[in-house]
Amino acid sequence: MIVSEQIAIEHGLKEDEYKKICDLLKRVPNITELGIFSAMWNEHCSYKSSRFYLKNLPTKGKNVIQGPGENAGVIDIGDDDAIVFKIESHNHPSFIEPYQGAATGVGGIMRDIFTMGARPIANLNSIHFGSPQNKKTKNLLRGVVHGIGGYGNCMGVPTIAGQTSFDESYNGNILVNAMTLGLVKKDKIFYSKAAGLGKPVIYVGSKTGRDGIHGASMASASFDDKIEEKKPTVQVGDPFTEKLLLEACLELMAGDSIIAIQDMGAAGLTSSSIEMASKGNLGIEINLNMVPCRESKMTPYEIMLSESQERMLIVLESGKEDLAKKIFDKWNLDFAVIGKTTKSKKIELYFDEKKVTDIPINTLVENSPMYNRKWKKAKLPKRVKFEKEQFKNLKIISVLSKVLSNPNVCSKEWIWQQYDHTVMGDTIQKPGGDAGVVRIHGTSKAVAASVDSSAVYCWSHPLSGGKQIVCESWRNLISVGAKPIAITNCLNFGSPENQENMGEFVECVQGLGEASLYLDFPVVSGNVSFYNQTKDIGIKPTPTIGGVGLLTNYKNMITMDLKETGNTLLVIGKTEGHLDQSLFSRDILNEKNGPPPEINLFNEKNNGETILKLIDLKFIKAAHDVSLGGIITALSKMCIKGKKGAILKKPNYLINKFEYLFGEDQGRYIIEIEKNNLKNVIKILSENTVHFDELGTVNDDNLIIDDKSKVSIDDLIKSHTTWLTNYMSK
Amino acid sequence: MNSSVITFPGSNCDRDMDVALKKFGFKNKMVWHDDLELPKSDLVVLPGGFSYGDYLRCGSMASKSKIMKSVHNFAKGGGKVMGICNGFQILVEAGLLPGVLLRNKYLEFICKNIFVKINNKESLYFRDIKKNTLQFHIAHNEGNYFCSKDQIKEIDDNNQIALFYSDEFGNINEANNPNGSIKNIAGIFNKEKNVLGMMPHPERMIDPALSGEDGSIFFENLINNLK
Repeated sequence: MIVSEQIAIEHGLKEDEYKKICDLLKRVPNITELGIFSAMWNEHCSYKSSRFYLKNLPTKGKNVIQGPGENAGVIDIGDDDAIVFKIESHNHPSFIEPYQGAATGVGGIMRDIFTMGARPIANLNSIHFGSPQNKKTKNLLRGVVHGIGGYGNCMGVPTIAGQTSFDESYNGNILVNAMTLGLVKKDKIFYSKAAGLGKPVIYVGSKTGRDGIHGASMASASFDDKIEEKKPTVQVGDPFTEKLLLEACLELMAGDSIIAIQDMGAAGLTSSSIEMASKGNLGIEINLNMVPCRESKMTPYEIMLSESQERMLIVLESGKEDLAKKIFDKWNLDFAVIGKTTKSKKIELYFDEKKVTDIPINTLVENSPMYNRKWKKAKLPKRVKFEKEQFKNLKIISVLSKVLSNPNVCSKEWIWQQYDHTVMGDTIQKPGGDAGVVRIHGTSKAVAASVDSSAVYCWSHPLSGGKQIVCESWRNLISVGAKPIAITNCLNFGSPENQENMGEFVECVQGLGEASLYLDFPVVSGNVSFYNQTKDIGIKPTPTIGGVGLLTNYKNMITMDLKETGNTLLVIGKTEGHLDQSLFSRDILNEKNGPPPEINLFNEKNNGETILKLIDLKFIKAAHDVSLGGIITALSKMCIKGKKGAILKKPNYLINKFEYLFGEDQGRYIIEIEKNNLKNVIKILSENTVHFDELGTVNDDNLIIDDKSKVSIDDLIKSHTTWLTNYMSK
Repeated sequence: MNSSVITFPGSNCDRDMDVALKKFGFKNKMVWHDDLELPKSDLVVLPGGFSYGDYLRCGSMASKSKIMKSVHNFAKGGGKVMGICNGFQILVEAGLLPGVLLRNKYLEFICKNIFVKINNKESLYFRDIKKNTLQFHIAHNEGNYFCSKDQIKEIDDNNQIALFYSDEFGNINEANNPNGSIKNIAGIFNKEKNVLGMMPHPERMIDPALSGEDGSIFFENLINNLK
């Protein structure tokens, strides 16, 4: 086939990008070469619209061993232990084929982690669906949950936390973000930088098939009416093979045979081979006839662009081939020497003894397009003036019941019960808490992890929203007693070619950068997913933050369930009654305007650090951060978890009771302390200039808000736990 | 006491079982599925996981793997063999236990704490456990125990039912049946009571920081009775 501009455009390249390719090569590329360029230059692999802004994110810190640019980020957790972690999106495939899309998303992120030598110890996920009334939502949710479970459960890695939301902006484009944490010894971390000339390049894992060809290009385009036709671009997962690959790789990694290793993820053999060569400033030569294929008569083009799962590329020390082969034979996996490193600084591919590709590596990587796209700055919306009339007919208890059964607040037990969250025997905080916590096996340490996003806040004002998610992640880790260490981000946005969507991206990234810098909570890995839109309508901007924190002694972990009747409840942080963009305002008053709550980074840091001090002193019996639904929603969840009630004090504030109970002011926590410690706690809070209010006391069976508003714990539980189960069983 | 845990390629609770056995005093060895001989053992454990991916019926391929011949002989000679979750499925497929394990009634994987009522305290697996119910943990997709009417009568007559799913007080009813198992069966013995298969994972309940501690009761009792 003779390549033309038309064919290039069908590959998702722009006219000027095709011209640039011809200029760089000083000739017209053949079809295999064009395929390689299109794979390397698409948005998903090249970050061409986002690179310009991502470089401003804070990525360094005293615990950071490896920041962005590798398969995953790495942080130091002491005693030569390190945690490798990353979050990644698999949005487009999951909408087309929810089971396989979600499953391979989980498989892909776990591969990124064990490629670096780490054994995966925890999975998390953040999944977002259209309105529950949308006819596709239920099947998508079921398929995604089954897919995540199907893959993670088979791998034997516990899924310890997650987040699920529903919003009509995801009707035509759901989000599936998967995160994995792995554990590795500091001196056994593996990287993707090739080194040395003439070193054997090894292919291991599953055979290559015709599945997933152009998956990365599909992920770099918007959806239209013909979306069903894209099903063949979705990869098919085989978690059993991945489990074998994990064990085989870790067995090989125990020795010193590997120079560099890279999993074949997006754009398969193309990106893995080119990345290793590029990082090592080398060339690479591959004989495509040596690649193990599942189907007959596969062309070089298909072999290079296949996204078949469960495959790895390794640059081995010369002479170690037999030793490595023995390990992969033991695990019944394919093993083939397919090429070698060269000094040419080119990728050279041979097939049937003919050279089918000859491209200088730098044209694919350093010379890939980078765009500083036009974007529109978002204005801070005006505050909404709520009228007394709007609150007149509202009864606190019935509003509370509506809020607790709201799809975005209600219990997600139906989901996480389908994930094995206890395998490996170290899960000490299960899903449903502020963060999942797993012990570092055989030590007194534990790591906490949480995933968060706040699309409504980001949509309303991207800069504030970006800051808010980082703060929420920080609060979730603090609430379980963990010291926040670092974050990974998954940036889900609409089209970068749309100035408003691009503006949302730019300002969310700016916000999250500011917050992570201030909180010393650096970004160590991440992924960008643009073109989350159907036709011209983008999703609400949904950056997802995965936060990781450390507990030096897991016995100091805090949970949110209320512990003992008579204990005192305090709200840490100031309550101002901010209702704009709150769940109460949007879903009860049907008011969608107004700015999100303000973020005060000083208070966030100070409040969080002071709570950690109180936890160290063993003053805190239960803690929970105040987020969606305000104080009363947070407190209700603490009641439900502990099967305890509470009696509220009359507040000192001049705001109305709905603003007090449902306002979503930031930087707040509810803590439970014993009465006889109250004086000491107040002293520490005052010394640290932390604002607090006395909320009330823990009670036996009822939550009593005021003399007219009382509800039993059983009723609270019913409101909180029934919606999702009922919805899915209908 | 010497124990052996068989590792199939897709086992994923093998390490957890190793940790639990050692914690309660066993000298445990890991045995690869491709080996032919079992080391000298007082107990052989088939752990949970996805042995060979379980794309075919769960446990069916594993039941034909090389080591299973030795496991078979060991069991036939009266050796103590315990299969947990996928291990239970393998024992059923290997014909060492009666019945089959079908897909869960509601077609979903279930991971949660449950209670089991001990039905038969005569076997050494549960003899001398003071409690009548234990809180265990399940995590499976195919734990729906089933067998023919004749078989169930035989199992019952021989007192082969080890555990029922129940509430915390030992009441056995549909509301406490997580997966649709016939008669709420959570675990069974062979006729001779030396082979035990159960869906719950006692090895996940051995530390106050985990989901519970009733697994500790089980393992402590087991090693004492094997001595």
